[in-house]
Amino acid sequence: MNLNSLWFVIITILFTGFFVLEGFDFGVGILTPFLGKTDEERRLLINSIGPFWDANEVWFISAGACMFAAFPDWYATLFSGFYVALFVLLLALMARGVAFEFRSKLSHTGWRIFWDFAAFVGSLLPPILWGVALANLMKGVPIDAHMNYVGTFWDLISPFTVLGGVTMALMAMLHGALFLTLRLGGAIREKARSTAKKIGVWASIAMFLFVIYSYSQTDLFQKIGLDPGSLPVLAGMALLSVPFLISTKHDGWAFILSAVTIACSTATVFYDLYPRVMISSLNRAYNLTIYNAASGHYSLTVMTIVALTLLPIVLVYQTWTYWVFRRRLEPGGHLDY
Amino acid sequence: MWVVWLDRWQFGITTVYHFLFVPLTIGLALLISVMETLYIAKKDSMYRRMAQFWGKLFLINFALGVVTGIMQEFQFGMNWSNYSRFVGDVFGAPLAIESLAAFFLESAFIGTWLFGWDKLSPKIHLFSIWMVALGVSLSAFWILTANAFMQEPTGYTIKNGRASMNSFGALLMNPQLSVEFPHVWLGAITTGAFFVAGVSAYYLLRRREIKLFAHSFRIAVYTGLISSVLVAVVGHAQGQLLIHTQPMKMAASEALWHTSPYHAPWSIFAWIDSAHQRNPIDIEIPYGLSILSYNHTYGAVPGMVELQAKYVRQYGPGNYLPSVWVTFWTFRVMVLAGSLMIFLALYGAFRGLRDDEWLAKRRTYLRFMPWAIALPYIANSTGWIMTEMGRQPWAVMGLLKTSDGISPTVGAPLVWMTLLGFGAVYAAFAVVDVYLFVKFIRKGPDSDQGPDEMDAKSTVLRLNPTSTQ
Repeated sequence: MNLNSLWFVIITILFTGFFVLEGFDFGVGILTPFLGKTDEERRLLINSIGPFWDANEVWFISAGACMFAAFPDWYATLFSGFYVALFVLLLALMARGVAFEFRSKLSHTGWRIFWDFAAFVGSLLPPILWGVALANLMKGVPIDAHMNYVGTFWDLISPFTVLGGVTMALMAMLHGALFLTLRLGGAIREKARSTAKKIGVWASIAMFLFVIYSYSQTDLFQKIGLDPGSLPVLAGMALLSVPFLISTKHDGWAFILSAVTIACSTATVFYDLYPRVMISSLNRAYNLTIYNAASGHYSLTVMTIVALTLLPIVLVYQTWTYWVFRRRLEPGGHLDY
Repeated sequence: MWVVWLDRWQFGITTVYHFLFVPLTIGLALLISVMETLYIAKKDSMYRRMAQFWGKLFLINFALGVVTGIMQEFQFGMNWSNYSRFVGDVFGAPLAIESLAAFFLESAFIGTWLFGWDKLSPKIHLFSIWMVALGVSLSAFWILTANAFMQEPTGYTIKNGRASMNSFGALLMNPQLSVEFPHVWLGAITTGAFFVAGVSAYYLLRRREIKLFAHSFRIAVYTGLISSVLVAVVGHAQGQLLIHTQPMKMAASEALWHTSPYHAPWSIFAWIDSAHQRNPIDIEIPYGLSILSYNHTYGAVPGMVELQAKYVRQYGPGNYLPSVWVTFWTFRVMVLAGSLMIFLALYGAFRGLRDDEWLAKRRTYLRFMPWAIALPYIANSTGWIMTEMGRQPWAVMGLLKTSDGISPTVGAPLVWMTLLGFGAVYAAFAVVDVYLFVKFIRKGPDSDQGPDEMDAKSTVLRLNPTSTQ
């Protein structure tokens, strides 16, 4: 594998890590107002992701920074092109991060309602926007000969891309509900499980429609043919097995398989793109690829050594943090957030 | 040009704002690590309460540093896409390493530190806060590696009209980085020190928790003394490097229109008339600038008019002068704030030598210290404004002009929208942040467990006044 392909894979891994990990954080954030009827329940829900969400978000920051280092043109075109969407995404992430940290600092009711609302909106918008963004990456966007995005924000919005956003949000909610069944004890755990069951149906339907729709909206069909290969099939099978595992109360397996669904779907999208990183809807010749958008060989070599050294270390200590906080949160216990 | 102006304002506002939180994060992380180490070493629970109290304030500050930092990572792509394309090959690498090496570290271990007081062994818990301190300092190192490239490009060639890295070692061995990183890092430690000293003074004046805050004060003031002196020493070295690598910035920071005489004086105050390229009023210290630049009483410093002519020959027609007024005055304000900090730290270090009770009675000094928290913030901000605005018109010194770096497809209306959007949110954050700081400082360590250890049932009642629970 050449370095350009390797970096495409590393960035795919970073985005996959982001969607799998931050996916359940977003889901918990969206579900908090619905599952948490009392203030303590809401605090339990937020504390369930308390020690993790910040490090999970770094997967996104890293993906962006690695795009900058390995494929500067991809970074430049994507973020100057999806300008308004990124602006909204950044505001959402800011509101959400501050909300988690600040909401329990004061006991004033209005204060908490305000920050709970900020956390909800800040958790709901990012998966929707990411779904829209990924659908647009698959579909292609107006990019000119100078690698500049020449459309507007509204060009990014179409039934197909909105469906992508809805699907992503539903997947995040399913994933979040399943995460909660592993992190919480008592009645709220049961509530999370039954919620997961309900959302699982809608997420499966949305995902199914999105896949069908994408055959007409993207060149996925030409690319992978009738037999889609193992990744999407695995994603579909994993998703379909989730409701069964929930009803048999195999919470751990259900969570793992929803993670597999998200990981395999993300990988499918990137596999579909490869070796392009952004598709121009104006002219195939204007496509950004892992070759014309990349940094030089020297820079990629340096970054390969750095990334392949650091990422395993990151995985070790991040896994350790999940081990430290493996015990369920029970009502009445000490809460930090 | 209108768009360039907006893009620059946006970058300036968001970056200076972000850097209000960063230095305190770096400084406090180190001081809290020291406090918790003392707790482990001395087995005195006062140090644990100390670490927890400052930790509370740390987290309020850290949250805003993190969320405003997300913006920093992406605004190069948003508003400066041509810049990103031009430098990505070189500049992207330290940013990516910062994320992989530093952001993961600090975010994972801040989680285990905050949530792990009763879940980790004391030593592992201590390890967590040291990892946070290491993470935030590594973050500073890597982002400054990127910034040092903008000040003094090293380790690159120009290939197909873009910068392309050809030596990672040269990027790290950049002479600019070797002075810039210690200067910024020590400035951050000084910020943490003055924050802790100032807040401790507030308590000592009110005679609350004298033992805890006298100890906090000492830790802070001795750290602050060392760091504030070293900041000045490194800053001096930085100036001497500047004269070779960015003589225009040097000349502008001295409002030196024409090359100085052999014995260059240092102007302490100047009324600058940029239109006529002269200073109608100029109060000077003889030999001052020569000593600052070369450690001798002799040595001429090149002036802006001469440098402008040289740059026109070198880079083609254009205006190569930064805003002299801004560069000159931000530099002086920074130096003044820094000098005051050295003085206050030195005085405080003597005051802290005797027992707690004696320290608590030095009321005039203590009354001054909470206000002195502003000093490091003033110095940090003016220092950055001086170094970044003094480099203009360049984004990357000698390679890329700022006006050539903007996103060609992002027009003024869009930039206005994000400028106002981020501006409004940042202003709101500032209000909330100050409010929470004041609230938690007033509350003090006694009620430290206050809002978090609330009786769950009472909250339920308060939130549902009609509930019959």
